[in-house]
Amino acid sequence: MHGLLSKRLIFVCGKGGVGKSTVAAALGLAAARRAKRTILVEVARQERMAQAFAEGGEGSGAKRRFAPRELAAGLYTLSMDPEEALHEYLADQLPFRRLADGLASSRMFQYFAAAVPGMPELVTMGKVWDLAQLQPRTGSRERYDLVIVDAPATGHGVGLLRTPKTFANIARVGPVAHQSRMIHTFITDPVRTGVLAVTQAEEMPVSETLALQGELRGQLGIELDSVIVNALYPRRFDEREAEQLRHAFADARQPRAHAALRAALSEHVRAARQRDFVALLRERSGLDAVELPYVFEAQLELPALSGLADLVEQAL
Amino acid sequence: MSVAELLEGRRICVCGGSGGVGKTTTAAAIAIGMAAAGARVAVVTIDPARRLADAFGLSELGNEPALVSRELFAAAGIEMQGELWAMMLDPKRTFDDLVGRLAPTAQARDEVLSNRIYREISNAVAGTQEYTAIAKLHQLHEDGGFDLIVLDTPPSRNALDFLDAPDRLTQFFEGRALQVFLRPTGLAGRVVGRGGGLIFSLLGRVTGVDVLGDVSNFLRAFGGMIDGFRDRARRVNELLRDPATTFLLVTSPEREPVDEAIFFWRKLREASMPYGGTIVNRVHHDYAGDEDPSTIADELSGTLGKELAGRVADNFRDYHVLARRDAGNIERLANTLDERRMLLVPQFDEDVHDLAGLRRMHGFLFASGDERRRMLDDVVA
Repeated sequence: MHGLLSKRLIFVCGKGGVGKSTVAAALGLAAARRAKRTILVEVARQERMAQAFAEGGEGSGAKRRFAPRELAAGLYTLSMDPEEALHEYLADQLPFRRLADGLASSRMFQYFAAAVPGMPELVTMGKVWDLAQLQPRTGSRERYDLVIVDAPATGHGVGLLRTPKTFANIARVGPVAHQSRMIHTFITDPVRTGVLAVTQAEEMPVSETLALQGELRGQLGIELDSVIVNALYPRRFDEREAEQLRHAFADARQPRAHAALRAALSEHVRAARQRDFVALLRERSGLDAVELPYVFEAQLELPALSGLADLVEQAL
Repeated sequence: MSVAELLEGRRICVCGGSGGVGKTTTAAAIAIGMAAAGARVAVVTIDPARRLADAFGLSELGNEPALVSRELFAAAGIEMQGELWAMMLDPKRTFDDLVGRLAPTAQARDEVLSNRIYREISNAVAGTQEYTAIAKLHQLHEDGGFDLIVLDTPPSRNALDFLDAPDRLTQFFEGRALQVFLRPTGLAGRVVGRGGGLIFSLLGRVTGVDVLGDVSNFLRAFGGMIDGFRDRARRVNELLRDPATTFLLVTSPEREPVDEAIFFWRKLREASMPYGGTIVNRVHHDYAGDEDPSTIADELSGTLGKELAGRVADNFRDYHVLARRDAGNIERLANTLDERRMLLVPQFDEDVHDLAGLRRMHGFLFASGDERRRMLDDVVA
């Protein structure tokens, strides 16, 4: 992952449930510690990170303003709202604010926006791209050194990255075509944009990661910068000890001892399997997988997240 | 309650839930169980389920259901009294097929299929997966002659994407915007009055005039199919609300998937779609109860030595944290949903990825409550 923080935009991709949001937040913390003013963009409107950082209480329910919020020193978050982003875009494109307001509230325009599939994805990409510029043109126009996008699950994530290209092809000429092409050029430029895959050491997530690598390469000419393997069990026992545990397990009469030995053997098997999948992933992807440990906590709180950020920072 | 009871009298079972909770595997295990009991079952998967194809002895899963060989199940110790058919959704082909069915003439069909905008959107745009999944479900329901269709839904972060898919796409195809483009002087004039010219020029300015031209060509080519799409979406909507359809939620006992399951359940209620039950995968069984798991070190130090016993105790304590977490989240689920319609599947030592694993899971899903409690000791302890 060397040099990752010198980029302006990083997409964090991966299968659902592997801990993308957690890794994106840990990376954000690590970047902020290195004095990068960083913004974490959540695309699927989850606002999970605000929960992890325990801000504003859980599920306050009210619709939040479409504006960045500070999570930690130098780390901001923005939950994507395509409608708002479209409105901002129009305000920037049209000479008068009132025209943009009028257009955005016009029924015909709403029909049009709803009628064009992929419009939310396009404005999302546009907003993310704008945030990554040295002088953003929309919203609060705050400047960030680094934009980290917590992308939707694999299939949709690739779809999102492909959207500018799709629109550039459809529109051919005119502002949309021009801007889509600019965004596409930016996100496929490895100097300015990075793509990070997050996975777990299990069969399905690993094969999906390899598929993601192939799709990004084949469809967009994008190479993964790195892959992070999340939630690895510790290797607490070596083979000799495991053998000892097996014997003790066979002899155990007391239910709790039985259960404890059972749990130990179970984790031993899982940890070994995980190592096989990490090796497979390294071999097939040709990437050096960064390993993050399983966090044995009921709920990921800031201290644990900070610990993960330490590990991410070491790998940078 | 077993899955067989949850699915009694149902012809469609939609498995929904967030990503990474074992949805595909659960859908496959359910389909196997129902087919084993004598039904003609189709399982439709969305994920690139390479290993599911392997498990079923198929070189790959195509866009039409293929029969899984009975011998394969016999070898895994499952007596297959019915039939199991498996397929993997190909959104692009499903969309093309749909256009083929709905186009009034072969010429209209070709015009749409070769249209540049159609080719881009049917391929590329997020959301088509959800729509085509439902379209395929409908087609299999109408023509397939299956007793039960089990649908594994796309890995969507937002359950609404799936439930809304038919409506959203109809809005696009039947859309009033479309009418505007088809008859710019007619409806457009009426909708926007004298401001219409301005709106059009602003649209042109923002989007590029070419887009409007292309879109209107595309929509004109689609014109003849609008009624078909509208009608189909209506029937698909009816199908999702049919009493013979049921939604099973699949989740893991972690906080976020549970939150999403509860959210999905609420949305089902609001949309009057039938809820069948919830399957909670990968549950860590609580062995330690209220006792401090660390004390196990003393009990084991005699046989294992102090140091190794200490590490076993550390592991047990970590495991116990997860067991407690799971219990808390399951309780939260049970407080919201109907507890009787909740099925807990334990965390197995190995991931379920072959027929033996599917069989183990199927055994769990189709057991009665008492049998399941007995099996828990065999499988987990």
